[in-house]
Amino acid sequence: MKKESVDRKTDLNAPPLPKKDREDMGVGASETQFAQAKSDAFILRLYVAGQTPKSMMAFANLKKICEEHLKGQYFIEVVDLLENPTLARGDQILAIPTLVRKLPVPVRKIIGDLSNTERVLIGLDLLPRE
Amino acid sequence: MNMPEEKMRLPKAPTGIQGLDEITSGGLPKGRPTLVCGSAGCGKTLLAMEFLVRGARQYNEPGVFMAFEETENDLIQNVASLGFDLKDLIARKKMVIDFVYIERSEIEETGEYDLEGLFIRLGQAIDSIGAKRVVLDTIESLFSGLPNELILRAELRRLFRWLKEKGVTAIITGERSEGSLTRYGLEEYVSDCVIILDHRSSEQVSSRRLRVVKYRGSSHGTNEYPFLIDEDGISVLPVTSLGLQQIASTQRIPTGIERLDSMLGGAGFFRGSSVLVSGTAGTGKSSLAAHFVAAACQRGEQTLYFSFEESPSQIMRNMHSIGIDLQKWEKKGLLQFQANRPTFTGLEMHLTMMHKAINAFKPKVVIVDPLNSFVMGGNATEVKAMLMRLVDFLKMKEITGLFTNLTAGGGALEQTDIAISSLIDTWLLLRDIEISGERNRGMYILKSRGMAHSNQIREFLITDHGIELRDVYIGSGGVLTGSARLAQEAQEQVAQTIHDQDVERRKLDLERKRKIMEAQITALRFEFEAQEFEAMNIIGQEHAREDHQTQERVDMAQIRKADAKPNRQKGNSK
Repeated sequence: MKKESVDRKTDLNAPPLPKKDREDMGVGASETQFAQAKSDAFILRLYVAGQTPKSMMAFANLKKICEEHLKGQYFIEVVDLLENPTLARGDQILAIPTLVRKLPVPVRKIIGDLSNTERVLIGLDLLPRE
Repeated sequence: MNMPEEKMRLPKAPTGIQGLDEITSGGLPKGRPTLVCGSAGCGKTLLAMEFLVRGARQYNEPGVFMAFEETENDLIQNVASLGFDLKDLIARKKMVIDFVYIERSEIEETGEYDLEGLFIRLGQAIDSIGAKRVVLDTIESLFSGLPNELILRAELRRLFRWLKEKGVTAIITGERSEGSLTRYGLEEYVSDCVIILDHRSSEQVSSRRLRVVKYRGSSHGTNEYPFLIDEDGISVLPVTSLGLQQIASTQRIPTGIERLDSMLGGAGFFRGSSVLVSGTAGTGKSSLAAHFVAAACQRGEQTLYFSFEESPSQIMRNMHSIGIDLQKWEKKGLLQFQANRPTFTGLEMHLTMMHKAINAFKPKVVIVDPLNSFVMGGNATEVKAMLMRLVDFLKMKEITGLFTNLTAGGGALEQTDIAISSLIDTWLLLRDIEISGERNRGMYILKSRGMAHSNQIREFLITDHGIELRDVYIGSGGVLTGSARLAQEAQEQVAQTIHDQDVERRKLDLERKRKIMEAQITALRFEFEAQEFEAMNIIGQEHAREDHQTQERVDMAQIRKADAKPNRQKGNSK
């Protein structure tokens, strides 16, 4: 664990991520609209807490995996818990970063920086569990 | 407990849990985490919950309960039976319950992560109500839910540090395991205060205990304290008082039996003393206790009667037969019975229940009838320890305690099977006296601290108006009792009659003697009078003769004309 990330996390009053960064992370139209448009859609929600290296890496890894395996049928929403702390409760978030597969059901959770592509694919049910 | 005042006192957060604050001299360390560990079902969650509920209700310190094992609804239902209305507290923003669900099979782990989500959740919950207290129950669930123990340990360390920075008083619960306090070694992180709860059973009776293993920067009671969970929540008993600082009263209270009072220096027991009435079966121990109860109620003092062998109605019926009306006092609310079988629960539980009853009823007099029914198997030392605590507790509250103890036949009378005699101030021994084919009841005072007391063995009867101490007759073979006493009484009667007759006879004799004497006096007087008369006669004659001679001489002189003048005018010159 890097020291700077520790400092950032203990300081809950740190300013939230700037709007621009959130848009860069791929947050656009609402997920319901997207789900209605595509029946086989993957609705993914990535929970982060501020713009930490781990979060950035998780998002980058996720984007890459989705582009490779789910092109055109995925939707990523990034939730920054520093901005919306109440949302942590709803999806039972403990670890950061956590990727939640909201759709298709059942809900799946993948924690960590998503650096192990194979495990991410298993987590998303895109690869069979051994 | 009397602890010396610490100059730099560690700030404490009172738990409001009966007894726990006394053991910890004020509560848990304020603004620091406390570890509460114990095996399954020992009451960890409840203790933690009560800490929050009492904090919110009594000390205006809102609390966050982070549950890892039970859902919010389960928790609300579970503690509702203890009278904790969590829904109300949540509605009034005094409490937040956050159920953390973690299921390993649903989680895939890829790469590095931290538990910032947990921090944010907890922080959000704390900030939403301005919480001062936090419970994490049981955070160890994370170990089974999250695969990477290394990350978890680092994050836990950070969590406890973060809790301290937040300044919240926290309880972290942990499952007890063999060899260490908690299964995952939580004590490594929470080192300010550690409390162990225990639930064990012996002789088929279970008891709960609590022990403060560690309390950094504060003195604390180190013993195992029994605690109980009932409709009022948890109550812990800090029963082993550390000192003997009870104030001894000089006030005396009558025993209810006048002649027994006289035996006890004329005034009865000391208030706040402990009295033991021991004796073999059927010697009237309970009757003696009933007298004391009735006397106390008569004075308007609340009396609590713990019965471990008879039901209240049985006691009242039996005592009614000897003319003691206890029912009247029970109706008036001066007398309260607490009847339980000794096997109903463990010793500590009994003691705890007695404490609770005493604290609630606030009696001046407490009866425990009988003590030794607690002795089962080889638990005599425990019973003694329990009684010591009870006696201490009663003394502290200046309650007079009267305990009865059944002495087994054949054993030494001056011995209780629980060896508590040293704790007792006044010890009345009731015993059978078997002489000449009879069994009678005798009573004596084996000891009575701080007062001059009778050393006599007194026979007493249980009559339809209660216990009656008889006069003492000492025969050649010791104290006379029963028919021997009656015979002695008859003998004395005869002796008295003979004595009376004797006196009468002597009186008559005297009278007779007096009369004889008087007769003698009369006779002597008569004799004297006779002699006197005679003497007077002689004297008279003598006078007459003298006169006559004188006249003769004058006459003679006249005749002889011897003198011109006669000596007397008498007589004529011729």
